[in-house]
Amino acid sequence: MSRDESPQSAMAARPTAQPSRADSRRAFLKQGLVAAGGLALTPGLARAQAAAPASAPAPAPQSPPADGPWSQSLGPGVVDRPYGRPSQFEKDVIRRNVPWLTATMESSVSFTPLQNQTGIITANGLFFERYHAGRPTVNPAQHRLMIHGLVDRPRLLTVDDIKRFPSVSRIHFIECPANGGMEWRAAQLNSLQFTHGMIGCAEWTGVTLATLLGETGIKKTAKWALVEGADGAHMARSLPLEKLIDDCIVVYGQNGEALRPEQGYPVRLIVPGWQGNVNVKWLRRIQIGDKPWMLREETSKYTELMANGKARGFTWPIFAKSVITDPCPEMPLKGAGIYEVRGFAWSGNGTIRHVDVSFDGGVNWTRARLQEPVLRKALTRFTAEWRWNGKPALLQSRVVDDTGYVQPTIAELRAVRGVNGIYNNNAIQTWQVKPDGKVYDVQLA
Amino acid sequence: MSSWRRPMHAALLSLGATALIALAAAAEPAAKHRVDYYGYGTVPTAAQIAGWSIAVRPDGQGLPPGSGTVDKGADVYAQQCAACHGTFGEGEGRFPKLAGEGKLTGDRPTPTVGSYWPYATTLFDYIDRAMPFPGPHSLTADQVYAISAYILNLNNIVPNNFVADAKSLPQVKMPNRDGFIWKDPRPDTHDKECMEHCRDPATVKVSSTAEGKSLTPRETGPLDEMQPK
Repeated sequence: MSRDESPQSAMAARPTAQPSRADSRRAFLKQGLVAAGGLALTPGLARAQAAAPASAPAPAPQSPPADGPWSQSLGPGVVDRPYGRPSQFEKDVIRRNVPWLTATMESSVSFTPLQNQTGIITANGLFFERYHAGRPTVNPAQHRLMIHGLVDRPRLLTVDDIKRFPSVSRIHFIECPANGGMEWRAAQLNSLQFTHGMIGCAEWTGVTLATLLGETGIKKTAKWALVEGADGAHMARSLPLEKLIDDCIVVYGQNGEALRPEQGYPVRLIVPGWQGNVNVKWLRRIQIGDKPWMLREETSKYTELMANGKARGFTWPIFAKSVITDPCPEMPLKGAGIYEVRGFAWSGNGTIRHVDVSFDGGVNWTRARLQEPVLRKALTRFTAEWRWNGKPALLQSRVVDDTGYVQPTIAELRAVRGVNGIYNNNAIQTWQVKPDGKVYDVQLA
Repeated sequence: MSSWRRPMHAALLSLGATALIALAAAAEPAAKHRVDYYGYGTVPTAAQIAGWSIAVRPDGQGLPPGSGTVDKGADVYAQQCAACHGTFGEGEGRFPKLAGEGKLTGDRPTPTVGSYWPYATTLFDYIDRAMPFPGPHSLTADQVYAISAYILNLNNIVPNNFVADAKSLPQVKMPNRDGFIWKDPRPDTHDKECMEHCRDPATVKVSSTAEGKSLTPRETGPLDEMQPK
């Protein structure tokens, strides 16, 4: 469109039998009816006002003008934002934290706004964070990944070296096993973001450990690997070698761009389906050994205290879990009528076989529709139609994965594990809908 | 060649490594001089490997030379650790408690190094790799040994004259050494997929609600800064 064809100039030049827009606007202004604001000055609205006699009663409630100001002006040009960002009207959709939860912001966690996530991919800027010593600023030119220990050919790899290897792209979720950890004793947080937001799902691109360990070779006695980050915590975990070779990936790509610093730039480990903590970020070292190291993060932390005082350790896989994301406390209902209930299901042990939803607290269940794609160890979207009659309701979702495992209730989990385990709460979530449409986090007896 | 070689190689091929590699492997399976390595990167020197290898195992593998006494540890701890962890390991604010009652059962367990940690070597590993919090991996091996000795002594696990070093730390038997189950017992629930009349509607009762609790930060507007009530 040439400059002369812009809406304003076209308008100004257009001959008309009606009073010109400029005239009507002047008349409108003379009436002193303009309280404030650009909206009242838009030509569309001025036209409507001009048609009404000066003595007319107050106009009916305003509908949005056919042409907003954005329809009658030029927007900013290309590269106004060389790296794009969401609409200014989405400014509330951000990672949030629970300030009272941790002693510092550097060893803490933030939560993905799942209530606003419309598909299985979590936006890179909204993917939850978990740091043990803050977010390091790693210079990729100086970063190295060392693979050593019980290998035939130890290697020291630059980021460029890592990128030269044959690459794969796979969509996987990462969930902190402490997701829902504040809900063991009772319903505590009235928010989907805070009860379920320690999860994200992305397309990860990198080189498989099978390729890297094929390059280094492995000694006969090798059984375990230590994986370690370059952050201040030198965050490290022991992992069984079988898992590394099965499906782990050293990744540098996240949803088509470089891994975000929050997610381990320049390289992190992806351990598909296993607790977030072992997906070591800023990965700098893989040491192959014959025994686990029993590090702080796998003994003092990331172990689950049972009611009898014994603890479970090395409980790595994320068992099947699902949650309704709409409605939820942040997404209340707006009166009786038909709703599409939406949510996500995921399993660290495979794919989603199906999801059922209940509107009566688990008495009766209806099969939900799974939305494509349905991928292994990835978020899977489900939807179900619901005609809400405006009466109180108790909404739940329940996933079954392809191992046949059925998502348990919180009461069942508590009966087996007690309430002190912190980790691996994959219970069915109950949302209580009240007649005013508000939604609350509740637990059932 | 290790037992891992076969499945790995199969994985390598199935992932679509270049045909050239597949051909090379197929044509010369017995070739002594392999040509199918990518060869990217460099071979780390012994000094590089030694410098990077900070992990310590329960059997003492990875522990460096050096030593530290409980008394020396008290000094270093007072300077480097007490501000967050408290003079006697009681923990300031929400920072981790290192010593004290340390119960593992009941309503609010308070696991500590003494009551919960299964291995003393983990102390050295963790203090060395991650502490002090604002300046990680900045202490000497002697200092880390000394702090380890002091924390073990705070927990009444070693006597006042204990000297921590590469020999003594692996020999410390922690009270909760056998308190862990390292084999994942899940699935530990065994639900069936019931679709209709799955429970008596009369039993469907809300046992707890987040409504009215003042724990939830705000979900719109700027980030919340709420602190414990």
